[in-house]
Amino acid sequence: MKNLDSVFAAYLIGWGIFFVFYLTVARRTSALRADIERLKAAVNRGK
Amino acid sequence: MKKDLTLGAIAMLLVGASAYCNFYVAPNERTMGLIQRIFYFHAACGWTMFTAFFICFCSNIGYVLRREGRWDALGVSGAEVGLVFNSVVLVTGPIWAHPVWGIWWTWDARLTSTFVLWLLYVAYLLLRTLIEEPERRALLSALFGIFAFLDVPLVYGSIRWWRTQHPQPVIMGGPGSGLDPLMRKVFFFSSLAMHALMILLLVARYGLEKMRGEAEIIHRELEAV
Repeated sequence: MKNLDSVFAAYLIGWGIFFVFYLTVARRTSALRADIERLKAAVNRGK
Repeated sequence: MKKDLTLGAIAMLLVGASAYCNFYVAPNERTMGLIQRIFYFHAACGWTMFTAFFICFCSNIGYVLRREGRWDALGVSGAEVGLVFNSVVLVTGPIWAHPVWGIWWTWDARLTSTFVLWLLYVAYLLLRTLIEEPERRALLSALFGIFAFLDVPLVYGSIRWWRTQHPQPVIMGGPGSGLDPLMRKVFFFSSLAMHALMILLLVARYGLEKMRGEAEIIHRELEAV
């Protein structure tokens, strides 16, 4: 099985890039959601 | 939420099935052997990258014409997702090239224009971080995005117009070019799976951008109180 390691590396790195991107979007979304809740509470306190 | 889960499940199913087809359904290529199987992933990511940048381009035009925030949100989402696919193309290409050409990289027209495309969209995203005022940021990045898209036809045409180290097109390449019918089916299925993944990522990224807009409005509200 010549070049199996190269094929394996290409697919693994490719999927890794997609996975990391999805993870960063999910993290940014949850951090922003918490931020919005905090801001909403601050607005309600100010009213 | 249920919609997101359904979309995620469909995308994962397609991606899994396409990976299976890439390895077990597509026939072995006579001269390159196993390494040719990178093509189904690499070229499908390339086509999907074009679609994502085209979505960004249309959204940029939409923003310039209508000045609505949703076009800006879709534009930046398309750019970021396109950049991810572009990165995969730039990483998987050299992994294929090294055993086949004996070199990782060469500055031929296709490779150089693809790398320039990556740089242009990195610049697009960097530009957005430099401008604080939302309307100004949206307009300037939309104009830059329209300019950046000019490189896409260049990337597409580079292997048709110039002699390159990169292989000549096997899909829509004209007379004398072509792909084994089963390889062709596997490639199109792989492209479909990559497009499903792109939609999943785009929806997630668009949701984040919409929330960011909401946060900016609350921020302004808080400053007014």
